[in-house]
This record gives sequence, C-alpha cells and structure tokens, in this order.
Amino acid sequence: MYSDKVMDHFENPRNVGEIEDADGVGTVGNAKCGDIMKMYIKVEDEKISEIKFKTFGCGAAIATSSITTEIVKGKTIEEAQKLSNQAVADALDGLPPAKMHCSNLAADALHKAINNYLGIEEEEANGEEDHHAHDHGEECTLDMN
Amino acid sequence: MNNIYMDNGATTPVDREVIKAMEPYFDQLYGNPSSFHSFGREARNAITEARDEVAQLICADEAKEIVFTSGGTEADNYAIKGVASALEGQGKHIITSAIEHHAVLHTCEYLEKERGFEVTYLPVDEDGLVDPQDVKDAICEETILITIMLANNEVGTIQPIAEIGEIAKDAEVIFHTDAVQAVGTIPVDVNQLNVDLLALSAHKFNGPKGVGALYIRKGTKIKKFLHGGAQERNRRATTENVAGIVGLGKAAELARKSLNKKREQLTILRDKLINGIEEKIDHIKLNGHRTKRLPGNVNFSLRYIEGESILMKLDLEGIAASSGSACTSGSLDPSHVLLAMGLTHEIAHGSLRLTLGKYNTEEEVDRVLEVLPRVVEDLRAMSPIYNR
Repeated sequence: MYSDKVMDHFENPRNVGEIEDADGVGTVGNAKCGDIMKMYIKVEDEKISEIKFKTFGCGAAIATSSITTEIVKGKTIEEAQKLSNQAVADALDGLPPAKMHCSNLAADALHKAINNYLGIEEEEANGEEDHHAHDHGEECTLDMN
Repeated sequence: MNNIYMDNGATTPVDREVIKAMEPYFDQLYGNPSSFHSFGREARNAITEARDEVAQLICADEAKEIVFTSGGTEADNYAIKGVASALEGQGKHIITSAIEHHAVLHTCEYLEKERGFEVTYLPVDEDGLVDPQDVKDAICEETILITIMLANNEVGTIQPIAEIGEIAKDAEVIFHTDAVQAVGTIPVDVNQLNVDLLALSAHKFNGPKGVGALYIRKGTKIKKFLHGGAQERNRRATTENVAGIVGLGKAAELARKSLNKKREQLTILRDKLINGIEEKIDHIKLNGHRTKRLPGNVNFSLRYIEGESILMKLDLEGIAASSGSACTSGSLDPSHVLLAMGLTHEIAHGSLRLTLGKYNTEEEVDRVLEVLPRVVEDLRAMSPIYNR
C-alpha cells in the first residue's frame, strides 16, 4: 500500500532527533488521533541549517516527517514556508488516500517551527496553511469514512 | 529466514488433510446435493457427514441443529436478524455488549436504525468481561434476544457464557453467542453454555474461508435467512458450498481430536510470549483477562508508539501481526474493544495483537521476543512523547 519511497523513509528515517538549542520548534497533531509530529530547526543566514524531527504515528507520519526534513534542509525560510503537505506527499510518490489527511502533517509542523522562529503567534499564522482537524483541539473530526 | 505468521486470529492456514478431503468435491464428486442421481447422492452424503462432525465439535444434540453458512458474519447476521424478524411482534429489545465483533454490532445497529429496535450495549470491565448481573438487569418485557460473544477476537477474553445463558434461560429469552474465535480452540458445548444459537467459522481453525455454521437449538424461533430452494431444511436457500462444507467438517473432526493438545501447546507458547514481552519491554499493558483468555491470544498496548508503525517494522522483519490502531481499523478511532475496556485513545493506538496457531513453534516465539524489543525501542527513540 505504500510506495518504495515511503518504505525507504520509514526504514531509514533521516534527521531523527531533537535540537537542544533550536531556533524554532513546532508541534502538530495529538496522541488521541494517533499522530504527533515535532520539528526542530536551526537557522543561519535565513536558511535552515539544521532540522530534526520526532514523530509518534503510523508509517506515513514517519515517512512524511523524514522527507520534509530532507527537502527543506539548506533551503531559505521563504522556500520552506512554501512547502505544502501535498508537495510532501508527491515527493514520496503519493500516499494512500486515507493517509492524505490524517498522517500528512509534516509541512504543518515545519511551518509551525518557522513561525516559532519568526516570533509569529499561532493565531496570526493561519495564512496559506490548510486548516487541519489535528490543529483544532481534541476531536478527530475528519471527513472521511 | 522463514516468515512468521502470528495473526491466527485473522485467519489460519488450511490443514493439508482438510485440503485433501475437499479436493474430490471440485471435479470428481461435483454433484448438486439436491439432485436425484448418484452424483447428487454422493454430495448429499458428504454434507451429512460434515454436519455430524460440526454437531459433535460443539456437542449439539442433533446434527439438524447445524445450518451451514458462508462464514461467521453470515451466521451472526442470520441469528440476530432471524430472531428479530420472528419475534418483533413480541418485543423489540436486544441486549449485546460493547465489545462484540462488527458482525454483531453493525447488525444490531441496523435493527436499531432501520427497524425500530432498541439495543442495550452492555459495558465491560477493564479485562473485557461482561458482568452477568448487568445482563440480568437489562432484561425487560420487550427483550427478545441476548447476544454476547464467547471469546473476544482482539483481546481474547472469554466471557461467562454459561452463567449468562442460565439467566437467559430463566428469563425465557433467546441467547446467541458469536463463538467464531473459540470453536476449534477451546472446548465448546452448547448445552453446558446454555445457548440457543451459536456462530462459528471454518477458517479460524484451519478450515477453508467462505464457510461457517449457525447452531440453532431445536425449537428456537427464527425466520429463514435466504429465500429460494429447500436447502438446509428450508432455512438457507442456495446450492451448498459442498467442498467448503466438507472442509469445515474435516477441520471440525481434526479440531475435536486434537483440542486438548492444541490448547496446551498454544497456552505454553502464549505464556512464554506474554512473560517474555513483560520481561523485556517497559511501559506496556497486557490487554484482556490474564487467565480467562484464549490460548493463542496475546495483546499488549505498547506506550508512546503507534500500532501501524509497529506492524510495518515487524513485517519488514518477516513477522505478521495485527493492531487495534485507527490506521489498521479502517476508521479514525482505534479499536472499539480497547476503548470499551477503558483504554485512552493514545494507548489504544499503540496496541499489538499476536495470535498463535497450531503451526507456530517455540523458535518463532523466541524470534519475536528477540525482534519486538528492538522494534519498540527504535520507534520510541523517534517518539516525541517518550521520555526515557
């Protein structure tokens, strides 16, 4: 059900861990829904010089986290801000439909980490990010079944 | 290294002897059991023998109390809808439990939503046990059916069915049990259990898929399930799945003859697995009752990690297991069984079920005990909610 790329990132996840003196940290999801992603970034000259993640979740959650760190490492903040969840899924040669919503949150976690670095409060930072049930409180009210 | 199959709760491999017994019924003894000629007779005789075997396995008084179905789900549907249709003039209340298989739960929900029935979903305790007193208290004038499973498919808890059956009998309410996970693995006696209806499925005990049976105690009020020909004593029309029924019969015979041995063997392996996991891995919880438990069932919640990723890691190591996580349940919520037992969503997402069958070996258990701690450690090292 998963692509070879998903399996590769699941088996050999890149950039797992924490950054103690991170410039920005972002977390999305909640344990109730079965997915939590936490991204840590270091920024130098407006570029992401270092990025690490920790993820609690299914195979798709781990693979999307891993490839997101790989994509944006070395990129400018502006470039990283443009990364969408869809682009992450595409980079993995797609995800099963059921996973597109519930486990494809890595770009959201990254954006949160960037906002945290930029000093933007959560409420203001709702620009182009697509709203996701995981960001809104406790309920897992997704429109699938 | 050979792959290790520890998902016998999902299905089991078909025994070679069963395959051998079935084989002639495809191209040699292919007659329609309803036909007059010798071809028909041979098929009819084979079905009669299989019916006797199934009746013996569950200690039914008469073979004609067995109706063959397409499997466990159909048997549950037949039992519940059949009684509901027969007795809806008398009452429209059904009692079941919160941890039933979806074959029962969704059938009850259908009767609730589409046909105006009222259903009581009894709670279970933290081990997954139904309290017989709750059954007694739930019975009212309108109650026409009680349906409680014999052994739970996810956590393996074995319910006090005989006791509940006694209560049902006293109240003169029809009692059905979904025994799909139990038959062929533990002794099942319909008289000792005081049940009127019992569902079983061949592929859970080394028989073929697509065939099962419903035991219907003589005199039980139930409507026919499929309309058409006069097969199955006019209760379930359609030309019989002869090879499948022969396979079920053979599987029943083999199960009956080796029941004690199988139970002992599985219990030893199960306990080794449970003890080994508890010894080697921290922050875990055994789900289901520790002793009132199917011999082959192991179910743990492994905290701070999620079920699907555990299954994927195990699969990469050649170990087949299952989980009650949302990702593997096909919905957004984790297992309804674990939630009903009081587990939080978070812990329910991290459940792992290993179910043993008669072909599992001690070496395989050893291998799982070697691989699983490593898998759990890898995933925990990645988890943002795990603090060493």
